[in-house]
Amino acid sequence: MAQANTTKSPGRNGHDPAATVDDPGASASPSRSLVEKAWRELAGVVQRRIPRADLDERDPDFIREQLPLFWLFSSVWFRGEVRGLGNIPDEGPVLLVGNHSGGNMIPDTMVFSVAFSTYFGVERAFYQLAHNLVLSVPGLSWLRKFGTVAASPSNASKALSSGAALLVYPGGDYEVHRPSWQGNRVDFGGRKGFIRLALEQNVPIVPVVAIGGQETALFLTRGEGLARLLALDRLVRLKVLPISLSLPWIVNVGDFGHIPLPAKITIETLPAIDLRAEFGPEPDVDEVYDHVIRLMQDALDALAAERRFPVIG
Amino acid sequence: MRIKHDIVVAAPVEAVWSIISDPERVLSYMSGVTRWEVAGDIPAGLGARYRMLFRIGAAEVGGLIEVVESSEPYEFAWTSVTGLDQRGRWRLREAPGGRTKVELRLAYGIAGAGISGWIAEHIAAPSVSGHVRQTLRQLGRLVEHEQLRERAARRRAGAPGG
Repeated sequence: MAQANTTKSPGRNGHDPAATVDDPGASASPSRSLVEKAWRELAGVVQRRIPRADLDERDPDFIREQLPLFWLFSSVWFRGEVRGLGNIPDEGPVLLVGNHSGGNMIPDTMVFSVAFSTYFGVERAFYQLAHNLVLSVPGLSWLRKFGTVAASPSNASKALSSGAALLVYPGGDYEVHRPSWQGNRVDFGGRKGFIRLALEQNVPIVPVVAIGGQETALFLTRGEGLARLLALDRLVRLKVLPISLSLPWIVNVGDFGHIPLPAKITIETLPAIDLRAEFGPEPDVDEVYDHVIRLMQDALDALAAERRFPVIG
Repeated sequence: MRIKHDIVVAAPVEAVWSIISDPERVLSYMSGVTRWEVAGDIPAGLGARYRMLFRIGAAEVGGLIEVVESSEPYEFAWTSVTGLDQRGRWRLREAPGGRTKVELRLAYGIAGAGISGWIAEHIAAPSVSGHVRQTLRQLGRLVEHEQLRERAARRRAGAPGG
């Protein structure tokens, strides 16, 4: 899952492929040129694999039939506990803003999505923004039936305009791969697109605070330097190439999947924030950002204080 | 998955019925239920609809249910309209000594969920069963307590100088 980032003109998936595939700063040397060309080819393949964003692909019957399976993972493996769903308005569009944890296996998203779908019913439209790469992975096309669409401002606006609930993780790949010892820190990396989105669409923000995801593996580093070295940011919008200790790989570079440890996942949904009611007709984005981060960090600190042991909870 | 438990309550069948047929009192005795709200124009009886949720594991499950049978004071049954597939039934029968045998039946599942649905139903069963038993105990205590209060009120009203 990923952030509602800012791109210019949307392409077939709500992204601008040219901005990521065609890199004007090419080739300083023949060997570098070759490597960059190979990367561009790979990026092109990835871009072509990203499905067209179509909200109609969400399939309530499919979600309903899969809920028992995800309920099992959520209840038995992660001993999930989701509180405060009553804070989400019963109807109408709403922007759910979460802190993201657990690497690419995103246990917090699964636990929350199951709880949301059972609480409000699969009939309530609910979408989640995900990183391009997630949607381009072979075998994960079923995510689209769950309402997962590529992260982009146009897709986010489209979902909210349709009256749906939308779950975004502003911290995206940056936050989800933070080291395990920073597990109790809300870190959006300064990404504020979600606030502009809420203001444009005039929808309330509901913070969703989760703990436990960063205990499902030992996350060592985001590997930002490695990602820069391999030009992943320019090619596939990846700012990180994380390194962790996880099952079954032991040393896991890139996190192309792992078996998460059965850490207890606790999620607290905070009261809805009506930005214009709380911050006036023209809210200051920085002020709102600081407020949301402070609220979420306080809630995360409280959840952390409840935990006695890592993994066990 | 079907779950069924019963209990004998020291109260007449009408007293038990007055509580189980009142949607406003459901949260006071139904264990595990976190929401039970009237949804629609009919607040109680045949055709009444409720939005209910029941905490089980990591989620609150339930949905919209409708009362499909209401034979005062013996049978009260509902079935799901949306959400988790479920059927529930209160079955009240007179027992010796002016008491009432109260039976609560619950059947639940997700049609089309396959093997994962079957496993989930069975894993949830002990917890659901515990909630059904607890519901009956709480209902029994509530009804018997009200009976005692009524008797005490009658005694006070009938007592000289009372």
